Amino acid sequence: MSARSRPADVSGALDDTDRALINVLQGDFPLSRHPFADVGARLGLEEADVLARLRRLLDARVLTRFGPMFQIERIGGAFCLAAMRIPEERFGQVAERVNEFAEVAHNYRRDHALNMWFVLATERPEGVADCARRIEAATGLPVFLFPKEREYFVEMKLEA
Amino acid sequence: MMSTGADELDRRIVVATQGGLPLVSDPWGAVAAELGISADELVGRVESMLERGVIRRIGAVPNHYAIGYTANGMSVWDVADETVDAVGEWLGALPAVTHCYRRPRRLPDWTYNLFAMVHGRSREAVRDQLEEIAARLEARFPGACRARDVLFSSAILKKTGLRIGAAA
Repeated sequence: MSARSRPADVSGALDDTDRALINVLQGDFPLSRHPFADVGARLGLEEADVLARLRRLLDARVLTRFGPMFQIERIGGAFCLAAMRIPEERFGQVAERVNEFAEVAHNYRRDHALNMWFVLATERPEGVADCARRIEAATGLPVFLFPKEREYFVEMKLEA
Repeated sequence: MMSTGADELDRRIVVATQGGLPLVSDPWGAVAAELGISADELVGRVESMLERGVIRRIGAVPNHYAIGYTANGMSVWDVADETVDAVGEWLGALPAVTHCYRRPRRLPDWTYNLFAMVHGRSREAVRDQLEEIAARLEARFPGACRARDVLFSSAILKKTGLRIGAAA
């Protein structure tokens, strides 16, 4: 999948076991010595099958990541939503420049005058404004910051 | 801050696992070996990071398009300041909403102060859901919501997650 193509819906290529595995792996991953074997036991799968399926789902980008999800704020870092208004003819070039910043954790094109929305993840709170300034310098376009003032709910699970 | 003492181990665990857990039989043992600590010490610390909310959860992050959620709608709402927290709690509790945050307005360009993410299998499905939510919101909090919009994503440009540096 090229970075700017519209992602395909490949859900038809997943079998029921893949879906069950994705759903289980969005829950609590065991902290045991053989967690993939433990996950497999819940689904009637061998450890090797769990690992092989997981590798395939990651390679196919059905899963973008497998591991701990951090709230970096809790150890002194910061996440911040940001948006830019990018002239259509420059969109691809600006997207490349923005994505080069390691602080850009994820980035979406959205249908709006503010057409690029991304999340900055930095090790220190002041890193957000600093990174925004560097992106502005690199692109010549303003970056609007939308820091989280309050979180009401976050549930990062989607039934596959 | 992340520079000294006990917090340094948290930080080293973040750096070692932010790209993902190793896909091996004993991933915690493998990470512990890389960090030069025992598996028990690592697991104890990961448990503590879960309790403190440094780790939200451990597991798989699906590409929502790839599992059939092709419509990713960021719904945004302009809600009176005195009511926004009550509305936010209410919106966040709805089953359709996966994330809900209050954020600052950027006047005059951006009047919305409440963000709620809704995933669905089509844009029409998400729009229908938001119509219904808006109607219920108006019934529950009359006049509180002055304007709303929904921004659909048309491409994932990047989705790597957190990447903090390896150097202290």
